[in-house]
Amino acid sequence: MRRMLSAGTWTDQRVERLLGALACTVLALIAAMVVFVFAKAWPSFAHNGLAWFGGGGNVDRQLAAIFDSPSNPQDYVYTLHAWPMLYATALLSGIAVICGLVFALLCAVFIVEFAPEPMRRVLEPAVRLLAAVPSVVYGLIGILVLVPLVGNHVVSESMKRSVAYVVQLDGTSLLVGAAVLTVMVTPIMIAIVVDALRAVPRGWTEGAAALGVNRWRATWTISVRAARPAIVAAAVLATARALGEAIMLAMVAGSVGFAPNPLDGLLFWFEPARPLAATIVDNAEGLSVVPFGQTIYAFAAVLLVSSLFLSLAGWAAKRPLKRYGLAAR
Amino acid sequence: MTALRAPAPVPPVRHGAVESTASWSRLDRIGLALCWAAGLALCAICAAILLFMLFKGMQFLRPALLLSHPLPDLDQSRTGGFLDPLIGTVVLTVLGIAFALPIGVATAVWLTEYGRPSWLARAVESGIEIVAGTPSIVLAIFGLIIFQEHVFGFLSFTAQGGSVFGRSFLTAGAMMALLAMPLVVGATREALNAIPAHVREASYALGASKARTIRRVLLPGARGGIATGATLGMGRIAGDTAIVVILLGASLQMQHGDGPPGYRILSGTGSTLTTYVYNNSPAGEGNAPDKAYAAAFVLLVIVILLNFAVGAIGGSERRVAWGR
Repeated sequence: MRRMLSAGTWTDQRVERLLGALACTVLALIAAMVVFVFAKAWPSFAHNGLAWFGGGGNVDRQLAAIFDSPSNPQDYVYTLHAWPMLYATALLSGIAVICGLVFALLCAVFIVEFAPEPMRRVLEPAVRLLAAVPSVVYGLIGILVLVPLVGNHVVSESMKRSVAYVVQLDGTSLLVGAAVLTVMVTPIMIAIVVDALRAVPRGWTEGAAALGVNRWRATWTISVRAARPAIVAAAVLATARALGEAIMLAMVAGSVGFAPNPLDGLLFWFEPARPLAATIVDNAEGLSVVPFGQTIYAFAAVLLVSSLFLSLAGWAAKRPLKRYGLAAR
Repeated sequence: MTALRAPAPVPPVRHGAVESTASWSRLDRIGLALCWAAGLALCAICAAILLFMLFKGMQFLRPALLLSHPLPDLDQSRTGGFLDPLIGTVVLTVLGIAFALPIGVATAVWLTEYGRPSWLARAVESGIEIVAGTPSIVLAIFGLIIFQEHVFGFLSFTAQGGSVFGRSFLTAGAMMALLAMPLVVGATREALNAIPAHVREASYALGASKARTIRRVLLPGARGGIATGATLGMGRIAGDTAIVVILLGASLQMQHGDGPPGYRILSGTGSTLTTYVYNNSPAGEGNAPDKAYAAAFVLLVIVILLNFAVGAIGGSERRVAWGR
């Protein structure tokens, strides 16, 4: 190796070009990802037009029809109105991120400002651990503990009977899905917000304290406000994570393409919902059926575009932090 | 003169000293209470998950489960253990990190040491953020689309009609590498940035070229960071399910593919602990909750061990400080 380095094969310029080329493979991969996924998904979008994003009919029946479509390429069935799944995706990630954000903000303030030292030493690994637990383990706990709990003890027989002709309430529900999803996205947000709060110069809060403001007010009005871009970035990145959560939601949020109706009152929370990512996992065996595969690729394309925009938004939201020198990195 | 009297000694400020909340307004006290509640709730959730999984693991995990192959059978007592998924997890993790490390480290070195032209560096940086934010299920679908092209036929099965299966340890490992790469890049960059400029200058002053400086000085210096990134990446790979479900075929036993011996495992299909858990949960076909619990416990132990390893590496890294 040493001889090679000195022999002129590894000149600075060549090394720079080689490393640069390797670094740029990332960009090439992203471009390939967008092109290939959209090219494969195009028939599904082209056949449905904007109605793809609309509602109407039973999604599961439409998917079954696509799966059973004749083998002759002219007779492929593509009709799909994906609204219930889009709605479930938005609903689940929205609820999880909003609940999680409040929880994460309080936790982060607690960790940085108020937790006694021994408590802090427990909390930091706890956050890391919650972030590291695989989603399938969350899903397993959800489906074996929380789902039966909700299905057998929270939802009453009369509630089940009242909607039995529309949908079955068996415990796999929006409530369980959103709750477990909240636990999954909170650690990501805590980590980002804690980093930002730590980076706020101590002098700022001390200045406030010197003016007679108590510690809570100083934290809330100075530190949290200074860390606002990080909070936005945390919410955006957590949304990206929540959108793409597939396995856990496929396990606990139900396998019915049903749009929970907020007008149902309390029942709304117990209705099943199946987001896009979970639909892909549920139907993984059907990918070899051409029109069905193309429909599934269309789901992936929608997820890809939304996560792409969310990542860019998160990146943009973090930029003011760098300007103030508040970013950890 | 009294005005010139020495100021009263200031009491030393203890960091984290507890301020009495007696003078606070009620709203502030409620806020503080909420903070405590959130912190305690977090601890409670974490402890509940850990203790529950520990309890279930002790209850259902038997050494025989770890050492026997899974078998298809209707009778639960004869469906075997999860040796194959365990090997699958190890193979896939090693494969994924082996793909991710070179590209990740090269990207990090280029970003910190060269980074010219700057617009390209910024594009690469945001590109890595995009890859980090892309759901693994989308990566899996992308992998399936790409690897079903005929060019990549050597990576997996080819069916009779000439269509490429696209599912194997190699294809899944390649996509897993994308999952781990942002973590490797992040940790390596952090470590490289922590090496002070005078270390580089000293190397140049001794006549070393930039390439040689990177090879002989910077990469050894960033070893701890690279190891941290690799460990985090391995934890991420071991815990991912979506890519395995779509790209590994999730067959119960390891199926060997085509090619020379040794390569056959890599071009074959199999399963990992994550898909084993998924398939044995009520959501999958197996529906054997006790086996799912046992496998989930093993998986959790692997992931937690990897995370502890990060802490240990971080500790030893701090000891190798570069002078003041």
